Amino acid sequence: MKLKGKVFKYGDNVDTDVIIPARYLNSSTPENLAAHCMEDIDKNFADEVSEGDIIVGGKNFGSGSSREHAPLAIKYAGVSCVVAESFARIFYRNSINIGLPILECPEAAKAAEAGDELEVDIDNGEIKNMRTGESYQAAPFPPFMQEIIKDGGLIEHVKKELV
Amino acid sequence: MIEKILAAHSDQDQVKPGEIVNARVDMVLGNDITAPVAVKEFNKIGVDRVFDKERIALVPDHFAPNKDIKAAEQVKVVREFAQKHDITNYFEVGQMGIEHVLLPEKGLTLPGEIIIGADSHTCTYGALGALGTGVGSTDMAAAMATGKAWFKVPPTIKIVYSGELKPHVSGKDLILYTIGKIGVDGALYKAMEFTGEAIENLSMDGRMTMSNMAIEAGGKAGLIAADEKTEAYLEDRAQREYTIVKPDSDAEYEQVIEIDVSQIEPQVAFPSLPENTKGLNEITEKIEIHQSVIGSCTNGRIEDLRAAAEIFKGQKVHKNVRCLVFPGTQAIYKQAMHEGLFDIFIDAGAAVSTPTCGPCLGGHMGILADGERAISTTNRNFVGRMGSTSSEVYLASPAVAAASAIKGYIAGPEEVK
Repeated sequence: MKLKGKVFKYGDNVDTDVIIPARYLNSSTPENLAAHCMEDIDKNFADEVSEGDIIVGGKNFGSGSSREHAPLAIKYAGVSCVVAESFARIFYRNSINIGLPILECPEAAKAAEAGDELEVDIDNGEIKNMRTGESYQAAPFPPFMQEIIKDGGLIEHVKKELV
Repeated sequence: MIEKILAAHSDQDQVKPGEIVNARVDMVLGNDITAPVAVKEFNKIGVDRVFDKERIALVPDHFAPNKDIKAAEQVKVVREFAQKHDITNYFEVGQMGIEHVLLPEKGLTLPGEIIIGADSHTCTYGALGALGTGVGSTDMAAAMATGKAWFKVPPTIKIVYSGELKPHVSGKDLILYTIGKIGVDGALYKAMEFTGEAIENLSMDGRMTMSNMAIEAGGKAGLIAADEKTEAYLEDRAQREYTIVKPDSDAEYEQVIEIDVSQIEPQVAFPSLPENTKGLNEITEKIEIHQSVIGSCTNGRIEDLRAAAEIFKGQKVHKNVRCLVFPGTQAIYKQAMHEGLFDIFIDAGAAVSTPTCGPCLGGHMGILADGERAISTTNRNFVGRMGSTSSEVYLASPAVAAASAIKGYIAGPEEVK
């Protein structure tokens, strides 16, 4: 599947406290999480983001707390995928488990600028920057994770196993 | 060590870094923020019972005692789930403590075990020689149904701590120093193994502080091999039989880091990353503070309260500072009370609270206003972590947080005498 969207670019160590501040964790409704997504690092994000847009981060994206509310907030805000130089491990597995596509690709993440348009093929990990015309290759998911993604997240995967 | 634990839980002779294994878990943990999402996901699976009602722990501790109506609704979801499934280890306010202080105290996390928790500081249990690791709510839901979780076997970084600690240098200072050295992603996707004579000499409380913050270096786990101290700690607590797993003498490590602890000063992590550490002796400026927080899953144990009380004895909290003390559990609360530590705190002008995670994550009980500055024994100093995005958090040990509360600026215990 190919995704195409406008880039919101951030730096290294974007933590889950800025992705969704703890003061909003008393509710996990999609509306609440989407409304406050990225609020402490980018006040205008929730207003400016459109369906399909792409977040690009630096190293250690999603560090800190295990709150699944972080990838959920990004997903509910309409973001189609996250590309970063590297991801914090709990954020990484949470994203796979809830079905938010994430790609680790230092070259593409470094080269992308805010407002660029990226085309991402989540099946083969190819990332194309439409402004520069450059293409990049993200590391492929191991087969086990591909299965979870194909099943539509961990819950659907487990369901299949248990039935 | 982590490879041996994962192999034993997936019925394999051995596993290697990079492999993905589906392993049995011995305990599944969630709190009032993460468990409601897990309950929702669990219900989607469509099974009518949990895999084992004795191996699930539910601890409403983050926004509990309930901070507002929405928080009360979330705790209610957890409580009703616990009632419906007859969960043995549901801890209501009154028995509740901060999860990572409570579970070891109750003997629910044991050497050689795998404990997953929908809370990043689940790595605390590494201090007991267990693979404790943080996961998300969906992982928690799947594990409550199946008793299993998927893991990518991580490579391990071994950190050897040699030498003797200087006075007032604690486990907190060792782990802050380590994070300062390797960075907040220095152990990303990896396990850390803490070894050496300084670790052997460290108390269980100090070890738990260290393992607790492995995640602050990106680590999957912060393991310490169980020894006589661990066994003594578990003697009247362990709720199950356990098998100690130790690293092989010829174990392969991705990296070995040697640290001479005799050179380490009390550490302070400056905003807004735990890696921004400085020794107290390197701080030349006077950093005024408005709040001092002593407690949390990192430093809310009895030894931490004793260290703070030792500094507060006969002293007063500075007039410009609010000092908040949060014992980790009811048992610690009671013990501190019996030892007379509360008299010392209250006479000094500090507030003592029932256990909660509240202030650490800017949830409730100690939120910072614009431009305010806190010194805190907690684990994260991210932007807006304890309140306003223009507030600042400095991380330190209980002794330094207490000394700073007295002076009104970041100061070491030596400056108080």
